[in-house]
Amino acid sequence: MRANRITPGTVIRYLACTVLFILLVGPIIWQVSLAFKGRGDNIYAVPPYFIPKDFTWDNFTRVFHQIPILHYALNSLIVTVINVVGNLVTATLAGYALGRLRFPGKKLVAGFIFGCMLIPGETVLVSQFLTIRGLHLNNSLLGVVLPGLCGAMNILLMMTAFASIPHELEEAAEVDGANVWQRFIHICLPQVRGTAMVVAIFSFVGAWNDFMWPLVVIGDESKYTLTVGLNKLKGAFVTDPRLIAAGAVIALVPIIIFFVAFQRYFFDGVETGGVKE
Amino acid sequence: MKPWSPWLFLIIPIIFTLVFTIYPFLNTIRLSFTNSTLLRTGQFVGLSQYSAVLADPKVHTALLNSTIYALCMAPCMVILPLILAVLVNKKTRIMSFFRTAFYVPAVAGSVISGLIWTNMMSAKGLVNALFLGLKWIKEPIPFLQDRWLLLFSAMLVTVWGGLGYYMVIYLAALANIDDSLYEAASIDGAGPVRQFISVTMPGCRMTMVLILLLSSIAAFRVFNEVYMLTGGTGGLGGKDITMSMLIMREGTGLTARTGYASALSIIMFFILGIITSIEFYVQRKADH
Repeated sequence: MRANRITPGTVIRYLACTVLFILLVGPIIWQVSLAFKGRGDNIYAVPPYFIPKDFTWDNFTRVFHQIPILHYALNSLIVTVINVVGNLVTATLAGYALGRLRFPGKKLVAGFIFGCMLIPGETVLVSQFLTIRGLHLNNSLLGVVLPGLCGAMNILLMMTAFASIPHELEEAAEVDGANVWQRFIHICLPQVRGTAMVVAIFSFVGAWNDFMWPLVVIGDESKYTLTVGLNKLKGAFVTDPRLIAAGAVIALVPIIIFFVAFQRYFFDGVETGGVKE
Repeated sequence: MKPWSPWLFLIIPIIFTLVFTIYPFLNTIRLSFTNSTLLRTGQFVGLSQYSAVLADPKVHTALLNSTIYALCMAPCMVILPLILAVLVNKKTRIMSFFRTAFYVPAVAGSVISGLIWTNMMSAKGLVNALFLGLKWIKEPIPFLQDRWLLLFSAMLVTVWGGLGYYMVIYLAALANIDDSLYEAASIDGAGPVRQFISVTMPGCRMTMVLILLLSSIAAFRVFNEVYMLTGGTGGLGGKDITMSMLIMREGTGLTARTGYASALSIIMFFILGIITSIEFYVQRKADH
């Protein structure tokens, strides 16, 4: 029966996947190769070669000497953790109220919050900058993190998840005398862990990779997040691709570890609409 | 349930929305009718900021670049990730490996992607070295210098980073297409291409419209890729500047012309609004 499974279609499928793998992951692998190439390597060789002849860790030490990349990564981590926690709190609170509670004015609030999804970030960039300056938070990590703590998209995701929990679950608890907060925390929250994971992952990746807003808020180099710091790396070493590659590799390691660790939840969460069965 | 209970859940989200979205939006509208700068509260000047914006050649360049970006990106992002999703939509270990691998550029983020592709597409970078090695070209291609090549290189970075992201959305849609439709099609003698056109594409047409909307708006708002590839300058003579870059350049920092930049922001808001309405209209049509 095995022979039956190898059809021309399967061959084409694997071939296409391999080509796409080379196009999508190849550039990253090439940076790893570049990052380990030493002075004895001709990185501009035609045709190019992959395995370093003069293998070295120098490029990484040089990056650490030239920019405080670990400090920038720490700043990014602080911003990211606050962003993830903040979004989980606001999205579950608002998602529960809008997805499960009945009260006058609900449609108005929903329209108000989801209407904001139509306002793109650039439209309010200038005024947000003025607001943050007015609060004397420019040049601080708090200023970077505050405007992003309540994503309307996350509320929408959580609202959908809460709304799809069967009503019997909550009714049983209500009969047992559980108040709305107890039902929220003990009955409903455990049911939406899948979606909460998706919100957490999206917030993490979004905050870690955010560039424009920290670029606007932060002027002081000691407060740079990793993305803003990496941009400076390019300016400083534009002549040496090895260092850019080493910097890119250093920045990629944590985010790829994070992704590979959580990818199971991520793909499961997205494909089942995020609702835990 | 006490009548105020829902509001206890909602108070924090509402405050955040008010302070960081609604107020700044209203403030942007107000500022766009004044000649304010960062250091000076301006006076009401009516529509003169708008006419200044519309007469500014920099704005024309930015509008053209952002529009071209959106027009080129939207079809790529609607079709290519769908093909990817169909390729990896098998529950085998090797396909789940490819699925994860294809998503990696999306988690890398556009700043790191920008760094990587600056390296790849520089005059002596890997792309030129490969093409030279294969004798396809005699001179290196100036990917990062020429005005149009630079814009297309930035698009390449966007596609590279976006394929995996939209692929995941398509995978969710593919999971909802009934397998019996494929069986019926294959009994009728439809090959893979025919099945793709007659079953897959109609089956996820709502998702296609959604991605058309998401990707064209994201493309019109492009910032990171062009910023990274041009080192923040917007290319030689600012010829590659985009709307978002222009808003940031004019509206932030110590020399910010907040009134002017606000008028620019409101114009951008309306353009994105028009794109959204067109696509909602398409969605309604697709629904029938």
